[in-house]
Amino acid sequence: MNPIVPMIASTVVAATPLIYAALGETVVEKAGVLNLGIEGMMLIGAVAGFAATLATGSDFVGFIAAASAGVALSLAFGFLTLNLQTNQVATGLALTLFGIGLSAFVGHNLAGTPLPPLPSISIPGLSKIPVVGDLLFHYDIMVYLSLVLFAGVQWFLNRSHAGLTLRAIGESPSVAHAIGKSVLTTRYLAVMFGGACAGVAGAYLSLVQTPMWVEGMSAGKGWIALALVVFGTWKPARVVLGAYLFGGVTQFQLFAQGFGLPIPTEFLSMLPYAATIIVLVIICRDPKTILLNQPASLGISFHAAA
Amino acid sequence: MLIKKWKYLGIAAYLITASSVAASAEPLKVAFVYLGPVKDGGWTQMHDEARQKLEKAMGDKIKTTFVENVPETADSERVFRQLAADGNKLIFATSFGYMEPLQKVAKIFPNVKFEHVNGFKTAPNIVVYEPRFEEGFYLIGTVAGQMTKSNTLGFIGSFPIPSVMRNIDSMTLGALAVNPKVTMKPIWVNTWYDPGKERQAAETLIAQGADNVAQNTDSPASIQAAQEKGTYAFSIDADMASFGPKAQLTGTTEDWSGYYIAETKKVLDGTWTGQRHTRWGLKEGMVVMAPLNAAIPPAAVKVFEDTKAKLVSGELKPFTGPIDDNTGAEKVAAGKTMTDTDASFNSVNWYVKGIDGSVPK
Repeated sequence: MNPIVPMIASTVVAATPLIYAALGETVVEKAGVLNLGIEGMMLIGAVAGFAATLATGSDFVGFIAAASAGVALSLAFGFLTLNLQTNQVATGLALTLFGIGLSAFVGHNLAGTPLPPLPSISIPGLSKIPVVGDLLFHYDIMVYLSLVLFAGVQWFLNRSHAGLTLRAIGESPSVAHAIGKSVLTTRYLAVMFGGACAGVAGAYLSLVQTPMWVEGMSAGKGWIALALVVFGTWKPARVVLGAYLFGGVTQFQLFAQGFGLPIPTEFLSMLPYAATIIVLVIICRDPKTILLNQPASLGISFHAAA
Repeated sequence: MLIKKWKYLGIAAYLITASSVAASAEPLKVAFVYLGPVKDGGWTQMHDEARQKLEKAMGDKIKTTFVENVPETADSERVFRQLAADGNKLIFATSFGYMEPLQKVAKIFPNVKFEHVNGFKTAPNIVVYEPRFEEGFYLIGTVAGQMTKSNTLGFIGSFPIPSVMRNIDSMTLGALAVNPKVTMKPIWVNTWYDPGKERQAAETLIAQGADNVAQNTDSPASIQAAQEKGTYAFSIDADMASFGPKAQLTGTTEDWSGYYIAETKKVLDGTWTGQRHTRWGLKEGMVVMAPLNAAIPPAAVKVFEDTKAKLVSGELKPFTGPIDDNTGAEKVAAGKTMTDTDASFNSVNWYVKGIDGSVPK
């Protein structure tokens, strides 16, 4: 068996939850809100999706439940930071801690129950092409939807009126407010979108990648998604590239170990993080682009002037 | 200041509990401290099942309590103090990382008896207990060596520490004893627990031709991967067959109840002593093999049962020489056996011949 094809397939599956979570956070941050609670929302999404699928037998219901749970948690974050104008960093961290605890509490009796994996979709005809068919047309539906989401976010942020408004709010909420845009509504919608994406990302873990619920199963992926947004300089294409890169280098280092390359495993374990940072820093090395892409009012609470 | 206060509180609690014991035919209070949730499907769950068996066996002579999700930090010290102050006379600390907090608390509560899993520091009121995991992994090797078609085995390691190195070495020796053609591929994930990464590691090993993959990490992710790819896997701590009924051939699990009952009885009849280090294996029933999969042919089952019987009787020890490491250096001489009382046993940092690659340094 050619080991390259399954390696790439593993990479795609590992990168998909990062893509969902990071694209959601990109939109949130473009609106000027910094939500550090991705990890918590992912875990809530993972447990909600798992419970719903277990109860109904439907993955579709599971993903809807996960997105809803993510939205519910993000609304709490929105209320605190947007209405009460609490510190976004502290509130986001609290959201993560809350999500870890709540998901463990809710999922207490779900641990140890297996779920059947989501069937992969073999696109008729195309999936039969040797190598290419296995490589491109043999995933579960959420992998394809993540690419649809990417295209959608890309279009939204750059081509749609609403997206441009959202970016304007992220740059200068007071100006946007002065010309009659509702900062609060837009930011709420962005935060909810981020919550839904993080919830789906979590459910991808508990329904597809490893169909089970165990406490803390996101194992830090929310933080990686967060880092991808920053190192990808808030550009969806770079964020997605970063996610695949991270998944790919993780896979490569395991692969290298299996081949018995005499490299210290601690170094190999570090490699995905280091490589992703280095590549993204090189791509985005121009400080002007960073300044241009970073939302100017990121993480700053907005007080509407009268 | 704070420490002083604690000390007085400790002394007060000590006096109160000492007097209450003197007065009583009250049940012995036994407490358990767990690292994870009781439903973790693995390590902690096995301890809690043993606690329930202990309660059943001892009836109203004892009363048990447990605290779950106790991190291996200074936080655990608070939990141990609290349990001791509440009048628990026998406390089981079921994770390695409780070692230092336990040392402190044990000094403050000299008449509370502490039991620590997998540690190495004893005291007049602390004893240490540990399963002989290497026996379980030797038997996993016996099965894997017979079931492999590609003659390539895989091992998902957490960290290359001696207790994990012994397991991969022991599994490889067990496999080589039944099939001299096997080679073993290790992958280290540098975590005890990350389902996604464990799954990626399993898929990598499978893609590289390993059709029997064992793990020394905590989640059932590799069993699920094997189930989907049509290869074989082995569980650890708990029976994980529900995650891969076709994939899981057997596994090594623990039954702590025999030990817990024996120790509790010792406390009840006053024969409990400190400073002990107990290692139990298949013979004592602390290491238990998960049920064998029906896919294993009868001839292979027989080899497994024979090997197991020899391990139980002590006729076979996993680390019996001659054993060379994979660079050709002799580690155990012919006719010698490395056992758990040897210093070298606790510092195994080499791969036996048959394992691919070099030990992570």
